[in-house]
Amino acid sequence: MSRVSPADLPRREISANLYKSGVRAMPVTALVGFLIGVVLSYLSALQLKQFGADIFIVNIIGLGIVRELGPVLVAILVAGRSGSAMTAQLGVMRVTEEIDALATMGVQRGLRLVFPKVVALIVALPLLVLWSTAIALIGGMVSAQVQLDISYGFFFQTLPRVVPAANLWIGLAKGAVFGMFIALVACHFGLRVRPNTESLSSNTTASVVSAITVVIILDAFFAIATRSIGLPS
Amino acid sequence: MNTPVIRIRDLSTRFGEVWIHKGLDLAIERGEMVSLVGGSGSGKTTLLRMVVGLLLPDQGDIEIFGEPLFGGGIARERELRQRFGVLFQHGALFSAFSVFDNIAFPLRELKRYDEDAIHDLVMLKLSMVELLPRHGRLMPAELSGGMVKRVALARALALEPELLLLDEPTAGLDPDRSDSFVRLIRMLGEELGLTVMLVTHDLDTLAALSTKVAVLAEQRILAYGSIDEIMHIDHPFIRNFFLSERSVRALQNSGLPAVPN
Ligand SMILES: Nc1ncnc2c1ncn2[C@@H]1O[C@H](COP(=O)(O)OP(=O)(O)OP(=O)(O)O)[C@@H](O)[C@H]1O
Ligand SMILES: [Mg+2]
Repeated sequence: MSRVSPADLPRREISANLYKSGVRAMPVTALVGFLIGVVLSYLSALQLKQFGADIFIVNIIGLGIVRELGPVLVAILVAGRSGSAMTAQLGVMRVTEEIDALATMGVQRGLRLVFPKVVALIVALPLLVLWSTAIALIGGMVSAQVQLDISYGFFFQTLPRVVPAANLWIGLAKGAVFGMFIALVACHFGLRVRPNTESLSSNTTASVVSAITVVIILDAFFAIATRSIGLPS
Repeated sequence: MNTPVIRIRDLSTRFGEVWIHKGLDLAIERGEMVSLVGGSGSGKTTLLRMVVGLLLPDQGDIEIFGEPLFGGGIARERELRQRFGVLFQHGALFSAFSVFDNIAFPLRELKRYDEDAIHDLVMLKLSMVELLPRHGRLMPAELSGGMVKRVALARALALEPELLLLDEPTAGLDPDRSDSFVRLIRMLGEELGLTVMLVTHDLDTLAALSTKVAVLAEQRILAYGSIDEIMHIDHPFIRNFFLSERSVRALQNSGLPAVPN
């Protein structure tokens, strides 16, 4: 019934959303990624040194960050940053009757308001995962060099061997799925806002809390579904 | 006989246990300017929102230009919606867009015009509502209350609708601005041959704009007719409403400033 031609696709909204939730999130995801990489590496190094198992630092950091921490950290940051912004934006548009104005013009709010946000996060989140994973690995590598005297060259050579590429794909797939759900949750709560400030604030809170909960639940599903993929047996 | 522009039949609305409308009927003919009046909370805004399809009635049906608002596919619904414009009480301008982009929005949605044509059309609409080309660059947050209404009116008229619906067009404007806005609506209405339905509390607006008055009371349209006819109906609400108008007039005639009520 609803035929959507390519000309109908709200390109401007999609690229605006990509910029806001993708490009603008690069500094904070880099900072958090780097620090997590350093801390994880530091704590692991303390333990590994006791057992003389220094070189396993690459396995721990590599697997942990690429498969688990990278996607989840980025998702939580984006849920807090962009999820809340999306809910608040839709909520304010409800309060100011902008959504009603769109409806009376016959604009489909699903296509115009929800779709660009979902597409933007499905694209932006995996890219942010890649970005922050890379920086977290650098953080871990620096820390490993300082603590355990593991050279960068050794780290680079060992990483692809102990962390099969499947892990990277899993991380990126998680990013896309997390992104889709964060945007859907944000839009759901945004469109539920009643025209008053109380409803606006409670829905924004609910949006962030739900998005983070959903991300963690999805992550558990991923862990189960991918338990036989990409792990050294 | 022509089909009425708006036809409401046997409409009933309930919020929780309370019936707001019960068996409400109203037919508005082409070219009329109808003021909808009624006590606070009598369901005027609700009725207007139903006419434009933002709310669904619990019972009864509404036809615009002889067609139902819903059904028949998105393309048909869209086409029907392009034949009427809505002016929301607070303007409902898209706050992320400039004045220019707000007025251009419905035109761009059509995908029928190129950017040059859109530019010309927006400038035309701006001058129609007595704004200057340079106002196009402003953001909604930078506008005065009166300007917001004018921009919203320009946007509502962008697609040259046949029907204009206004919720409290003069609420929140000072008497001067309110007068000039009413004059503008009246002039454009006559020039463009619009059918107008407006909700108002303000007697000056009502007196200056309407060819007909619809009184919403007792959950239905209690009376529908010219101002003169309505004024002679003996009903507590109508008596109250128009008596206060007389007192306002009397005050004006005696040279004292009108007391806003
Ligand atoms: N979403 C809603 N949920 C419950 N009740 C509502 C809702 N919207 C309106 N009402 C009730 O319906 C009644 C009519 O409201 P409406 O806004 O249509 O009145 P109105 O005639 O426009 O009043 P006013 O002149 O004060 O603007 C009011 O009693 C209001 O409390
Ligand atoms: Mg009202």
